[in-house]
Amino acid sequence: MSRTPVGHGLAAPNATVRASQAPRSASAPGPPLWLLLELTYRCPLHCVFCYNPTDFANTGPELGTKDWIRVLREARALGAVQLGLSGGEPLVREDLEPIVAQAHTLGFYINLITSGIGMTEARMRSLKAAGLDHIQLSFQDSTRELNDFLSSTRTFELKSKVAGLIRQHGFPMVLNVVLHRLNIDHVGEILEMAERMGAQYVELANTQYYGWAWLNRQHLLPSRAQLERAEETTRRFRERVGGRMQIYFVVPDYFETRPKACMSGLGSVFLGVAPDGTALPCHAARMLPGLQLPNVRESDIRSIWYDSPAFNRFRGEAWMKEPCRSCPERARDFGGCRCQAYLLTGDADNADPVCDLSPHHHLVTEAVARAEQAGSAAAAGGVREQALVFRDHRISIAVEPGDPARCR
Amino acid sequence: MSDIPQTAKPAIVLGMRLQWEPAQEAHVLLYPEGMVKLNSSAGAILSRCDGVRTLADIVTDLERSYSATGLMGDVSAFVALALDKHWLELRE
Repeated sequence: MSRTPVGHGLAAPNATVRASQAPRSASAPGPPLWLLLELTYRCPLHCVFCYNPTDFANTGPELGTKDWIRVLREARALGAVQLGLSGGEPLVREDLEPIVAQAHTLGFYINLITSGIGMTEARMRSLKAAGLDHIQLSFQDSTRELNDFLSSTRTFELKSKVAGLIRQHGFPMVLNVVLHRLNIDHVGEILEMAERMGAQYVELANTQYYGWAWLNRQHLLPSRAQLERAEETTRRFRERVGGRMQIYFVVPDYFETRPKACMSGLGSVFLGVAPDGTALPCHAARMLPGLQLPNVRESDIRSIWYDSPAFNRFRGEAWMKEPCRSCPERARDFGGCRCQAYLLTGDADNADPVCDLSPHHHLVTEAVARAEQAGSAAAAGGVREQALVFRDHRISIAVEPGDPARCR
Repeated sequence: MSDIPQTAKPAIVLGMRLQWEPAQEAHVLLYPEGMVKLNSSAGAILSRCDGVRTLADIVTDLERSYSATGLMGDVSAFVALALDKHWLELRE
């Protein structure tokens, strides 16, 4: 970050925390600045790229209002300040408004991460009054056909209406569109849709392959050519709109040669709580074997964050294997994503195979190559080997331990 | 920077929030999915950008608070940076 001229010590702001840039020290972890409450796994949509665990239907009952409010109070006392309310679809919780009101009183900056389904004018008004700071609205595509197909619902018009309500009630408009092979060619139209809706922030988030997205990986991975076109389209759009819209293009890490600094390192800034109270050092951590995840029903947030083995498991560098252990870049990317290392190599302590220094990097390049072939076969009218799996309660119940579809 | 008039009234943009965080012993600027931790100078300037006070008012106040003089250059340079980053906007 650049610095302004000094003279009396006036300098530019000195630290940005946006997923990848946070101070980190093994001996003294900082506070859990970023709190994500997954209020429920219930969701009216059935998205093929959902990162929720595939066996979500087999988890315990949801926390009640009092428990969520206790979590808010304890986390805020430790210094948590950014709050995400997500799910599933958080609007299915009828106590969303009192939860927001309490969070606001405590001083959280509150982001509702929603599909928009369940939002009404009345709820929008009461959420605003409760102190909600902004709403991140997801779209699956710029077209009704693909939006509705990908979510297995008829929701496009409803979402468009909610976008209007967001503006009307003075919230900053944040649109999130998850990108993959089936919609990435529509990036130009998606950005134009966002502009028409008056979006100030647009997140073009390429699919991350966990949960349901992992099941559908071969259908969702774009080709390199698609990705390059999308990036070019985004670049030109940025030039045209200038500062009116902030556009984040999250590159799919399968196409990179260095891993993402996932969660700024586990146990560094992020604390998630699943609907059943399981505390998570990352969204997908339920899948990591041998990680005894604490539950907020049994432990307070302070002991979970500072003392639990699960949150200390990947702090520091002692857990790292080669090539990470001696890598000069280990302090920058912390070895990448633990869940990706586990999913692809079977060992969560390995280097994230996205890194081309990993002996397992070929697993990523082969997946990309297979997806390219499958994509061109499908385009040529070939038959799909395997159907897309829509996130679904019945399928989730049927996911058994040991099943390759199991993601927990 | 001379292109920001001294009568301009800088304000934190809609949707962003500036607040003091005891746990970080710093002012932070909160926005959708992000947070900027500010050093004390940046915090001192931004906490005066309320859309009511002019740039000149803010500089006068800072000079009085910190017993300093000649801060206009540095303050307006920082305000320009904050405008560029869309943390601040100018009000009438």
